[in-house]
Amino acid sequence: MKLYCLSGHPTLPCNVLKFKSTTIMLDCGLDTTSVLNFLPLPLVHSPRLSKLPGWVSKDGTVNLEKELKECAGRVFVDSQPEFCLPERELLDLSTIDVILISNYHCMMALPYITEHTGFTGTVYATEPTLQIGRLLMEELVNFMERVPKAQSATCWKNKEIQRMLPGPLKDAVDVWTWKRCYSMQEVNSALSKVQLVGYSQKVELFGAVQISPLSSGYSLGSSNWIIQSHHEKVSYVSGSSLLTTHPQPMDQSSLKNSDVLILTGLTQMPTANPDGMLGEFCSNLAMTIRAGGNVLVPCYSSGVIYDLLECLYQFIESASLGTTPFYFISPVANSSLEFSQIFAEWLCHNKQTKVYLPEPPFPHAELIQTNKLKHYPSIHGDFSSEFRQPCVVFTGHPSLRFGDVVHFMELWGKSSLNTIIFTEPDFSYLDALAPYQPLAMKCVYCPIDTRLNFHQVSKLLKEVQPVHVVCPEQYTQPPLTQSHRSDLMLELQPPPMPYRRCSVLNLPFRRRYERVYILPELANSLVPSEIKPGISVATVSAVLHSKDNKHTLQSVPKPPPAPPTKKRKRVMEEPPVVLAPKPLLSGAVPLEAFLATLQKHGITEVKVEETADGHILHLQAEDTLIQLEEDGTHIVCDNNEPLRTTLRDLVLRFLQKL
Amino acid sequence: MPEIKVTPLGAGQDVGRSCILVSIGGKNIMLDCGMHMGYNDDRRFPDFSYITQNGRLTDFLDCVIISHFHLDHCGALPYMSEMVGYDGPIYMTHPTKAICPILLEDFRKITVDKKGETNFFTSQMIKDCMKKVIPLNLHQTVQVDDELEIKAYYAGHVLGAAMVHIKVGSESVVYTGDYNMTPDRHLGAAWIDKCRPDILISESTYATTIRDSKRCRERDFLKKVHETIERGGKVLIPVFALGRAQELCILLETFWERMNLKAPIYFSTGLTEKANHYYKLFITWTNQKIRKTFVQRNMFEFKHIKAFDRSYADNPGPMVVFATPGMLHAGQSLQIFKKWAGNEKNMVIMPGYCVQGTIGHKILNGQRKLEMEGRATLDVKLQVEYMSFSAHADAKGIMQLIRMAEPRNMVLVHGEAVKMEFLKGKIEQEFSIDCYMPANGETITVTTNPSVPVDISLNLLKREMALGGPLPDPKKPRTMHGTLIMKENSLKLVSSEQALKELGLNEHQLRFTCRVQLQDPHSDPDTLHRIYTHLKSVLKGYTIQHLPDGTVMVESIVIKVSSSAEDTNTKVLLLSWSYQDEDLGSFLSTLLKKGLPSGLC
Repeated sequence: MKLYCLSGHPTLPCNVLKFKSTTIMLDCGLDTTSVLNFLPLPLVHSPRLSKLPGWVSKDGTVNLEKELKECAGRVFVDSQPEFCLPERELLDLSTIDVILISNYHCMMALPYITEHTGFTGTVYATEPTLQIGRLLMEELVNFMERVPKAQSATCWKNKEIQRMLPGPLKDAVDVWTWKRCYSMQEVNSALSKVQLVGYSQKVELFGAVQISPLSSGYSLGSSNWIIQSHHEKVSYVSGSSLLTTHPQPMDQSSLKNSDVLILTGLTQMPTANPDGMLGEFCSNLAMTIRAGGNVLVPCYSSGVIYDLLECLYQFIESASLGTTPFYFISPVANSSLEFSQIFAEWLCHNKQTKVYLPEPPFPHAELIQTNKLKHYPSIHGDFSSEFRQPCVVFTGHPSLRFGDVVHFMELWGKSSLNTIIFTEPDFSYLDALAPYQPLAMKCVYCPIDTRLNFHQVSKLLKEVQPVHVVCPEQYTQPPLTQSHRSDLMLELQPPPMPYRRCSVLNLPFRRRYERVYILPELANSLVPSEIKPGISVATVSAVLHSKDNKHTLQSVPKPPPAPPTKKRKRVMEEPPVVLAPKPLLSGAVPLEAFLATLQKHGITEVKVEETADGHILHLQAEDTLIQLEEDGTHIVCDNNEPLRTTLRDLVLRFLQKL
Repeated sequence: MPEIKVTPLGAGQDVGRSCILVSIGGKNIMLDCGMHMGYNDDRRFPDFSYITQNGRLTDFLDCVIISHFHLDHCGALPYMSEMVGYDGPIYMTHPTKAICPILLEDFRKITVDKKGETNFFTSQMIKDCMKKVIPLNLHQTVQVDDELEIKAYYAGHVLGAAMVHIKVGSESVVYTGDYNMTPDRHLGAAWIDKCRPDILISESTYATTIRDSKRCRERDFLKKVHETIERGGKVLIPVFALGRAQELCILLETFWERMNLKAPIYFSTGLTEKANHYYKLFITWTNQKIRKTFVQRNMFEFKHIKAFDRSYADNPGPMVVFATPGMLHAGQSLQIFKKWAGNEKNMVIMPGYCVQGTIGHKILNGQRKLEMEGRATLDVKLQVEYMSFSAHADAKGIMQLIRMAEPRNMVLVHGEAVKMEFLKGKIEQEFSIDCYMPANGETITVTTNPSVPVDISLNLLKREMALGGPLPDPKKPRTMHGTLIMKENSLKLVSSEQALKELGLNEHQLRFTCRVQLQDPHSDPDTLHRIYTHLKSVLKGYTIQHLPDGTVMVESIVIKVSSSAEDTNTKVLLLSWSYQDEDLGSFLSTLLKKGLPSGLC
């Protein structure tokens, strides 16, 4: 069993598991942090961005003015932003049988994998994961296609040139494999390969292994996966949460008894408490509004935003923000809000109970009804005429490189009355803000990451007791910036097996057994005999049928009656058909009892001679020798087949057959 | 031999009070727990004394599963759990769990408040009963206990209707509840995978009907409504609050829109809005089209259909009223019916099945004079139309489901005996499987023949598969040999050698040696070679070797040659074999005794 690691990003994993003749891809995460190296894509012409100076190396030998721009001491690529894809050279992607998706954030690279690689398999995901994943992809494509950029910068990727660039561009890896965003057509084609599954549904893959998604508690429809055969169990844990937010709670007990547990998607903010962050978010928001400023919240259009809106729903009145408009701007804002209300089965108990009443599970329905929350597909159209300040705007993309958020950065960045509050943990906020510097607007960083922290995960692992744990190497040492915090890493016995991008791990377990089914007819014909107390054995001779990785044992068909032969004599000379070899024997033949038996069968003249290892019995009348030893019996008998078979059967009486 | 038993306590050769007991692999499961609309006495509920005469329900039953929210499938649930007493798990889908208590409360109100019956379950009992419910998701495999697992499939019929697959070990049963094999205006079609259950228990409401296309029926319905409205008549459509009502509302709404009609459409009782809310929140349970477009336009927000008030019934002019309940056995639909029955301009359209004993059933059978409570009689002058809109599978649909699931046996319930008989014949003829139609209280037993799961050592399996080659020859099956070790609950199949090792046993070698005299005037090596050639020609398919040390080996049997001391033409052959080669050894010794054929070189 092998694990191929195609992504080095611990929360956006992409691993391939080879297990019992199946090739299973676990998640398909797209590392979008690469876009931080690019200039933002403004929705309306930005004089500031267009006037940024081009970059020329200090000695003047390299001139990339067209491709690279300088802003506040950092260099950015002026081109359509590109993403860092999962590794595609480590193994042939067309051999992948299935892709298991654990949550909508971990499927963003799907079109790159399923299209143009020869992939012919099936993708498994839950319904909310598919629907919301589709929305997020649609949004990404929309953000990119709305502001097409003619230029595609490639010169800077030249190895010789890249070496001379300032950081972090200099240190960016595999830049040649970076790719532009996919098209909607590719998204549709990729998602048409998705097969929907429900929690705890058991899906057979080629009869060889069974896969099953479990609730992971992180987002709507998010799942961990069990991949098992009758004797081996691999658990894949990705993006799980034990906090009570909106999704169904995490199913922990089903992870028990795993031979291997692959652990990814822990919190990216191990020191930030989500509840504390939520409080800080609210108080900063209220403070800014009271002072007459605007609040910008760069966020994804699904996920934590539901919790933020719910929190605000309770907070608005008490903070007397009742008249402040809240805007949610995204091409998929409406769909995201609507979809969140229809997945009752995937919600936590409290929200399910509301649906039974019947009421919408999320209070943002009420915020919309009372006009406190308004949603728009973009800043163009209705929004521009209805927009009032001061206000709160939720919009994407959290990288601040594309989407409507770029416009608000340009609009509000110059005033210190305004505040930008970062809630998504995927991007470093300083890097995100870099191309907007110098900035007067206040910046508040309250990353809300509800995924498991190290404390929770150690407790979980203690509970479910996997034999081996595999995890990204980042989890086996404290974070670089907090190297003294030994509590911010996984400490396990035996130590976890770390992986990094392009690792190939041999997972340490030996398969020893396989399931086979004995058909009723054969089962009824078996004759068990007790060998030791409580242990019986039966010899089995059967025909093995293997079809679709399912094995069955059938009775040996009786040979068809031999065609009547004319010459009787010939029949005698037919050699025996390949018959069952006789069973192995065990035990010993006791001398006295054996002699008594012989006597019973009329063999009385026996001369017994003692030897080093046993006895030799000389049957004088029959001129036959029987050598009896502890672990063997030897019958020497000439020319008397009936006698020999009698003796054989007598000896066998004393032995066990296996 | 393991057996599965099926006993209907209700819905055996009947429609109403569905309740079927299944015993499988030592587990007892109750499927549905409904009431009968046609009775007001004891026969209203299933006969639970069948179980309780031997002890408590909770001790007997491992779980109860409710297929959908119709009262003939869940109406007896609070009675069973709270009054007879059952504390075990009750499973149903989320929409059923949401809607079922509302209908139960409705039913309770009609029975207790309006009819004044006592000794009936209370509101509190409905609440307590619902606390025992565990929601099911589609396709989720729920482990009731270590051995019993259940899985729900989409059944169409009404919002949240499910079929259930019940499995213990390798034995399984599928219960369909009510289902529909054709998608309609708001729901999708039932679907199940090829799960090959031992028994498929299917409803058979429309066992003999093969219904024409849905479009025709819809056109027909709209035409009748339109004609009545045109001539100034009133149309009463008795429905159940959830289900068919929504489908017909969608139908009328689009028709009114298209034809620009002005006559009012009403929907009785406050349940409407609520009902539509359920459809909105559980939109994932509706059909593909509605799910795809729900963000742009929610099909369950009606413009033309308004809430009904009791006083409207006396308004002059045409109108269409949807009123509950659907079989005209009580409530608002019955009240309106009484008001409008005397006018031949009016029309009542019965869009679904009516059980025996209800007024709906009577008027559908052409009865024009009805005896009402208090000896009054009611003359029925209005037009009575029946339109089968209830979403049950017809004969074609039932056959289609059998083809999908490939059951080994079939049990028909929820239908009329005569019709079942017909379908039973058809099923037995077409699929050559046994088909049963037990009456209430009658038990049918099906013996199953499960195969035995065993753990085979991978070494043995791999060796066997390697020997078998990539393409096994079906005419010459290879026989594999091994030892089955039975220890506690584990069954392991290993090679005999490994079995010895695992059990800590020593091997006992049994050998035979046999001398055979032979007349053969040749030198010893020549004789040996002649034996070799002879055996080669006789024993096809065996490994025969002539070894340089002066022996011939057939498989593992050793043959040596020496000349007799007295006569060099008499050769003595020494054959030695182990017990494992007994058959071959015995054969060889007999063969060689006969001497070598002369033609050998």
